[in-house]
Amino acid sequence: MKAHLTYFDGRGLGESIRLILYAVGIEFEETYLQDAAHVKRLRQAGDLLFMQVPMLEIDGMKLVQTNAIIRYIARKYDMYGKTLEQKTRIDVLYDGARDFIMKFLNIGWNKSMEEDSKDVKENAVPRYLPVLEKELCGTSSGYLVGDDLSMADLAVLESLLYCDDYFPAVLEDYPKLKEFKDRLSSLPRIRAFLNGPQRKRKLTEEDILHGKKVLAWLYQ
Amino acid sequence: MKAHLTYFDGRGSGESIRLILATVGIEFEETYLQDAAHVNRLRQAGDLLFMQVPMLEIDGMKLVQTNAIIRYIARKYDMYGKTLEQKTRIDVLYDGARDFIIKFLYTGWNKGMEEDSKSVKENAVPRYLPVFEKELYCSSSDYFVGDDLSMADLAVLESLLYCDEYFPDVLEDYPKLREFKDRLSSLPRIKAFLNGPQRKGKNTEEYIMHCRKVWGWI
Repeated sequence: MKAHLTYFDGRGLGESIRLILYAVGIEFEETYLQDAAHVKRLRQAGDLLFMQVPMLEIDGMKLVQTNAIIRYIARKYDMYGKTLEQKTRIDVLYDGARDFIMKFLNIGWNKSMEEDSKDVKENAVPRYLPVLEKELCGTSSGYLVGDDLSMADLAVLESLLYCDDYFPAVLEDYPKLKEFKDRLSSLPRIRAFLNGPQRKRKLTEEDILHGKKVLAWLYQ
Repeated sequence: MKAHLTYFDGRGSGESIRLILATVGIEFEETYLQDAAHVNRLRQAGDLLFMQVPMLEIDGMKLVQTNAIIRYIARKYDMYGKTLEQKTRIDVLYDGARDFIIKFLYTGWNKGMEEDSKSVKENAVPRYLPVFEKELYCSSSDYFVGDDLSMADLAVLESLLYCDEYFPDVLEDYPKLREFKDRLSSLPRIKAFLNGPQRKGKNTEEYIMHCRKVWGWI
């Protein structure tokens, strides 16, 4: 069963969807937003409920809203815990990790790559990493909630991969998180994604300049 | 069973939690962030997982993350649909409505009340209201998903109450949404909340300044 992701040719919010699709073994094709005319055609076709991307065609639906898409996949593939308590804990950690990921997604878009990175390192990293390290210390399964990989693990993993990308030595101070990142990155499907052709690369300044133009199309 | 909400003495993300607590009939007390010293005490007590508010003490837990809190209550009180399809539709509409609400929450925080309001009216209102009008039109019940009140209905309601406040005539163009807002606002528990002492007021410049000061220490 194939899925189809419509998004930019870049990480952003789409990358979180790509990661979970690989993690559960759903193959997918991609359509990248090309230009203003393309966005207009999508809009007129009525495919983008709130005129935004990502949009994932899956199981006969055209889903929008990143977190709703991820929750759908997580529910279908048992990655959302079993009990009310587990689901709640997953939501708390997933939402927190999403906030952390968003800080990385904004690097280069506010002031500059350098200033935004510095801000994330000084403010976001100390807010999230100690908490996540402690949460992992509190579990015996190797996963953040329950005994199996959940959507919370994937969101935290994604944030740790960003940490690695932007601040190479920072995980040295967080041994459990470092081990967690290495271990999950080695799981066969996740490794195939991270080393494969659908993994998008870190943004450059040129990407951001182009991205600002593309975003303007979406908001016209 | 009482709950306890720690937040600012204002709407923000806390108001969405107050609304669902009232809707399902959970009484709650509130602690408002006073100043930097207060925030430091909360931090040191370890009660705020990501050093942020809202935080809701409920059923022996100290929950953070607005949407996680709301999902917990919704699951417990059957406001999250029954089937996978319903839960998914609720998530899509809830998350969309939250994006819309957040535009109102930030009014006054960016360029000033007037400019921010204008931007919401010109950009956010046309993005969300036609979609919600159509979704409601296509629904076979009086609610957005399934046959019962869900967390999606409450999030859309909250956004419509903001619309009413900031742009009094705008719902005239959306008859189904207008009826929906009036009908849900009249449900006994929701009406009691909207008319009651725990309902907070619209953003003022003083409130925003107070938050910024306290925020500086979070």
